[in-house]
Amino acid sequence: MIAEKKETLIESPLIFEKSVPGRRGITPPKAPEVDLAALLGSDNLRAEPPKLPEVDELTLVRHYTNLSRRQMGVDTNFYPLGSCTMKYNPKMHEAAVGLFADLHPYQAPETVQGALQLMYELQQDLSEITGMAATTLQPAAGAHGELTGILIIRAYHASRGEHEQRRVVLVPDSAHGSNPATASMAGYTVKEIASGPDGEVDLQALKAELGPHVAAIMLTNPNTLGLFERRILEIAEAAHAVGAQLYYDGANLNAVMGMARPGDMGFDVVHLNLHKTFTVPHGGGGPGSGPVGVKAHLAPFLPAPQVVKNGETYALDYDLPHSIGQVKSFYGNFGALVRSYAYIKMLGAEGIKKSAALSVLNANYLKELLKGEGFRIPYDRTCMHEFVAQPPEGIRTLDVAKGLLEMGYHPPTVYFPLIVKEALMVEPTETESKETLEAFARVMGEVIRKDKEWLEGAPYTTPVRRLDEVQANRRPKLRWGE
Amino acid sequence: MDYTPHTEADLEEMLERVGAKDLRDLYRDLPQGIVDPPLKLEPAKTEAEMMRHLRTLAAKNASANAGFLGGGIRSHYVPAAVPALAARAEFLSAYTPYQPEASQGLLQAIFEYQTMISELTGLPVANASMYDGSSALAEGVLLALRESGKMRVAILKSVHPEYRRVVKTYLDAIGAELVTLESTADLIPAETGAVVAQNPDFLGSVHNFAAFAETAHATGALFVAVVDPVSLAVLKPPGEYGADVAVGEGQSLGNAMAFGGPHFGFMAVRADLVRQLPGRLVSETTDLDGKRGYILTLQAREQYIRRSKAKSNITTNAQLTALMGAVYLAGLGPKGLKEVATRSVAMAHALADKLTRIPGIELVTPEPFFNEFAVRLPKGVLEVRSALARKGIAAVTPVLAEYGENLALFACTEQHTEADLDNLAEALREVLR
Repeated sequence: MIAEKKETLIESPLIFEKSVPGRRGITPPKAPEVDLAALLGSDNLRAEPPKLPEVDELTLVRHYTNLSRRQMGVDTNFYPLGSCTMKYNPKMHEAAVGLFADLHPYQAPETVQGALQLMYELQQDLSEITGMAATTLQPAAGAHGELTGILIIRAYHASRGEHEQRRVVLVPDSAHGSNPATASMAGYTVKEIASGPDGEVDLQALKAELGPHVAAIMLTNPNTLGLFERRILEIAEAAHAVGAQLYYDGANLNAVMGMARPGDMGFDVVHLNLHKTFTVPHGGGGPGSGPVGVKAHLAPFLPAPQVVKNGETYALDYDLPHSIGQVKSFYGNFGALVRSYAYIKMLGAEGIKKSAALSVLNANYLKELLKGEGFRIPYDRTCMHEFVAQPPEGIRTLDVAKGLLEMGYHPPTVYFPLIVKEALMVEPTETESKETLEAFARVMGEVIRKDKEWLEGAPYTTPVRRLDEVQANRRPKLRWGE
Repeated sequence: MDYTPHTEADLEEMLERVGAKDLRDLYRDLPQGIVDPPLKLEPAKTEAEMMRHLRTLAAKNASANAGFLGGGIRSHYVPAAVPALAARAEFLSAYTPYQPEASQGLLQAIFEYQTMISELTGLPVANASMYDGSSALAEGVLLALRESGKMRVAILKSVHPEYRRVVKTYLDAIGAELVTLESTADLIPAETGAVVAQNPDFLGSVHNFAAFAETAHATGALFVAVVDPVSLAVLKPPGEYGADVAVGEGQSLGNAMAFGGPHFGFMAVRADLVRQLPGRLVSETTDLDGKRGYILTLQAREQYIRRSKAKSNITTNAQLTALMGAVYLAGLGPKGLKEVATRSVAMAHALADKLTRIPGIELVTPEPFFNEFAVRLPKGVLEVRSALARKGIAAVTPVLAEYGENLALFACTEQHTEADLDNLAEALREVLR
């Protein structure tokens, strides 16, 4: 059946649709008259200029300002997205980054001593907070850190002549998808371990899979159900007994930041998400930063360069003969490092511990409130920074999420972890007040008491309503004007 | 100081509701021996104290603004509108746009960005961004290996050495081989799935890679081009000389140098490679009322759906810095971008003329070159870089010895004036005397 083509309503024109030939916006210094064909070779020049928008500066400013008004953020709405740690991003960090904007990565080291000192101290502080011996700041994001960490483990096994025998990485079925994807990118076979009835790793099932063929176990602790893996010390012991390495996915570190260190739990490698735990703004999906900390036996394999201190001078050390190499050009997402440096130094040990504990308190408080509103809690015990809830039988999680959007709240993470049906993964973070949590819980209650028709039609007053995902998948339109 | 709003009264009431004695009690399920360890961190600072400390650190650095350093990062001017718009709180503090009804601002901006990258590269499909140029290249190469089913990559030595190192790390991970070609005349080995070239190359030369791309295709490989977005205002887009995949670093588009990051990487491909793309993609679609809207699409490629079978593990990308790139491109338009490119080219050629008149300096980059070139210096490169730094000039990008002894890159941008060039030439003359 061919549906009649309906006319598409356009409420927010594209910048291309505002373009007028000949109109100028930002004007750079005038270029001298030169013969580009002579300087660059006539064969190498493009025949037609790229069709970029032609708009004046006010049109530009209005366009992006109005786009931003069609966007929810932490600064506008409560955003309890599970495993994403949508905490407040302090404004002073944005001012701080500006102090370091004009530094070039290939400047003489004596002209970037302040920047190198900042990186050196951050390496130290992150090692201290995670209980590790050394930290690299190079990876650009969490998944990038995962790849770095797994390659370090691989290089370690190779250095002991065990790479050929260790081809398997164990990952619990509740893990973030990036864990198995990372292990695959590093050439490993992934074996999933089922969670036990208490939502934690089933120690017997894990032990049954452990052996001299296992390179690593990747764990998130607290796990994606928001539960602390209580048998973590036994898991570490079992892993190390067969020579496997224990990898810590730092996505959920906020719950235990400073309160319990991955190194003390027995982990050998940890990646951090500075854009989650350490207040780098998410920016709509990046850029982030994914430092990796390791125990002493893995330090020789860290990416090059590392920032080192020789006397009173800071330097970049490329002389790391066992390094896995480089995972990113230059030294990492420095701008992100400035923000996390400021955060850690301003909180200090007490502030870090208090922030972690309050993220746990907020999550437990909200869990109690949602229980009171009629939500089911499949694993109901003291949770960490997040918990998983389910709507009452017969109500779909998707509809709850869309209903929340209509009520002015960003929904929790939905349909994750995969081991809970109709999962709503809720992470309020420590920067939200008691009143915000109470108001959110009331609205969650209201949403599930709405009639079915209202719920299935929601949202109504957002910039767009539910979108046709099937059409986008079948006939993706990925650029304007085609 | 911290950023938590809890009063004593809040704490009391909340702890009682959750059945905990105190905050420490919330961790009662953990092995008690590891809870609440002593942390060796400096005492906490207030915002004012922290800002003062950061200013002290910043004072130990010298600005490289309007300097002549290159090698993948250059000091183009960042127009004030670019960071001002990207710093809008709604963009800054949003997560990945998984809930499209609440994320139309970012989704539309990404759709526009994809269009701009497609226009620059002459390839029909661009993704929403990658971490940076080097990791974009690594992912582009992996894409080519998936598509070709081969495990060997041939890369020209004229590709940025740091990019080659990153590619090597990614290829080592899956046991694929990286072969370095001295020039396009070298034989591409059998069973090569990706052939990689950079244009303008690491030393600044502009190439016509059409014949090389054809050779790559004839051996059954995909041709992957590393390109500079500013240069594409005037240079032939890679899509027109046979690139199947184009990648690059977006820093030159409205992003501060920031000691090397964060910036963004871009990636564009042939239409039939769309389902091989790593990372996020935004499609236009319509909502229940027939209103135009935007949504993340073809998500079955991604890790959170496909797990170990995903095209990549990439999750967080570089959305905000890519947005800065889009604002920059829209703000300058085709004429503004062409002026930036042309002025950079003109200044670089004028500088090369001035520098090669200094005794002992020899131009090494073959013509034609774009906005950057390498020279051989008669003195140690690191020593010259430091001597110029003492005169307040950020210049002399060291080049690895694999390209030749005592080489340095000089890059120009639209920020430079004739007086800047004369000043550099004069300082260099003194340093070399």
